Amino acid sequence: MPLIAVIKRECDTCQRVVPVLAQIRQRTPLELHCQDDPTFPEALGGSLDDTTLDRSWQLRIETVPTLIRFEGEREVERIVGWDRAAWERVAQQSGLGPGLPEFQPGCGSKTQEPGMPERLALKHGDLALHSRHIEVPDPEDAIEVAYDRGWSDGLPVVPPTPLRVARMLSGTSRSPAEVIGIVPPNLVECTVEKVAVNAVLAGCLPEHFPVVLAALEAALDPRFSMHGLLATLWFSGPVVIVNGPIAKRIGMNSGGNALGQGNRANATIGRALQLVIRNVGGGLPGEIDRSVFGNPGKYTFCFAEDETDPEWMPLNVSRGFARGTSTVTLFHGDGVQGVSAQRSRTPEALARSLAMGLCAVCHPKLAEWSNAILVVSPDHYAIFKEGGWGRTEIEAGLREALRRPGRDLVQGAHGVEEGIDPARAEQMVDKFNEGGLLVVRAGGRGGLMSAVIGGWSAQRKKSEVQTVTREVGR
Amino acid sequence: MSTASYQMLDPTAELAPQRRSRRAPPQDMGAATIALLSISKERSNEFFDTVEQRLLARGLKVERFAKPTHTKPAPEPILQAIVERCQVVMVGLAD
Repeated sequence: MPLIAVIKRECDTCQRVVPVLAQIRQRTPLELHCQDDPTFPEALGGSLDDTTLDRSWQLRIETVPTLIRFEGEREVERIVGWDRAAWERVAQQSGLGPGLPEFQPGCGSKTQEPGMPERLALKHGDLALHSRHIEVPDPEDAIEVAYDRGWSDGLPVVPPTPLRVARMLSGTSRSPAEVIGIVPPNLVECTVEKVAVNAVLAGCLPEHFPVVLAALEAALDPRFSMHGLLATLWFSGPVVIVNGPIAKRIGMNSGGNALGQGNRANATIGRALQLVIRNVGGGLPGEIDRSVFGNPGKYTFCFAEDETDPEWMPLNVSRGFARGTSTVTLFHGDGVQGVSAQRSRTPEALARSLAMGLCAVCHPKLAEWSNAILVVSPDHYAIFKEGGWGRTEIEAGLREALRRPGRDLVQGAHGVEEGIDPARAEQMVDKFNEGGLLVVRAGGRGGLMSAVIGGWSAQRKKSEVQTVTREVGR
Repeated sequence: MSTASYQMLDPTAELAPQRRSRRAPPQDMGAATIALLSISKERSNEFFDTVEQRLLARGLKVERFAKPTHTKPAPEPILQAIVERCQVVMVGLAD
């Protein structure tokens, strides 16, 4: 067959080239495939039925009409849309389409409709998924099967069908077989495909997937110590802070209720990370996860920083990344503690007030111990900004306000046994190690309050347990 | 209600755990070397010092090991050394 054309009835250009197809067929054998209606075009007695899109997929059709010339089995040339000169060249005929304009663009092939490339890739073996396939007798039972098999964190999961996983993989350019890292506690290799299966379970969209991959890579960075974070008696779990244009692109919330419920990206990215640790790594509560209490953030804890003020230095920039870079920052965090500071009107007074809230992290008498995140609300930020304070001044002001006399903190002081080494009684002592307090902007307007997220007590071992920032790839 | 069959992909590492029966305790503890593996939490040395003293007082042989940090898994060389040199291991934390 020297010529093949692929068309669809709902395409205006396809309808306009019907007389051209008739012209061609008078002199050359022409095989017609129609994607939506094999009775089209009636004037030519219809087409071969390609409503399954199998032939279109094999021919890699992206636009209709497409005209292809073959020599034997080999494709020689193709043209998409209507372009008289190109059609005459491909068909090796002249005088085609009198009365038609010189050029008219085509329409999208039905093979390119949302979800269709993945469906066809699976059907035709162009995408091979290597995870074990588990047959469920009835789709209605799928969520219960996931519970029974221990895949859930307690909330219902989205059943990871091959098609859903294939769609998730379309969110990245990385190979499904690529190994992302070694997941604790069982120290097993984790592929991009396994992350995709868990991202489906968590409810992610494909556009969330690059953020999930970056978050997992950060968690598996040895500096982060994911194994210890999982195993600890302490409350902490991974907290994911997203910076850069990706946050807006995927609709993350950095405003009102940013640390709460209601946003799909915030909710599912953090959950996907936890599900990988659970399902791939084998990290289960009551087993290697020895947390005394845990915290609600161990279901998911992910939010974006508010970068709407161009004068503000975002967290990732303060950690060495170029402005405009999309990153995730992983911190070992507990729950949220609110700090009310309604009467401060100067940056200095506000820093002192917020510092009092921060002193409670881990224990008011412990110092250079757990780290913390201070999430500064827009109304508090407005006070800092009006006073001429940016990130540098806020961090310095807090550091100064968080430096306390050792005599108030040593073990036994004020009748409390908890405390720092008695040998430090005459020193001024910082609450946090250098770099141990992350200042982030988020939240909604209307409240003179900020949020403290206390950190894991093992953060005091600063060479072994570190906050990790990683760029989000494709 | 649909009755079509449905396929899901396994989100786990698909490891096949090998069930092994518990090893019998040594018949003669006097001939065994007991590993004391500290996971290096606060005061775990204090805890194991006491345990070691009690074991030595009974005439038992003891070797001390420690993970470099409790925040990460034990390095392979430490596990291998315990396997090669000891018949019993006690893993401990403290706080």
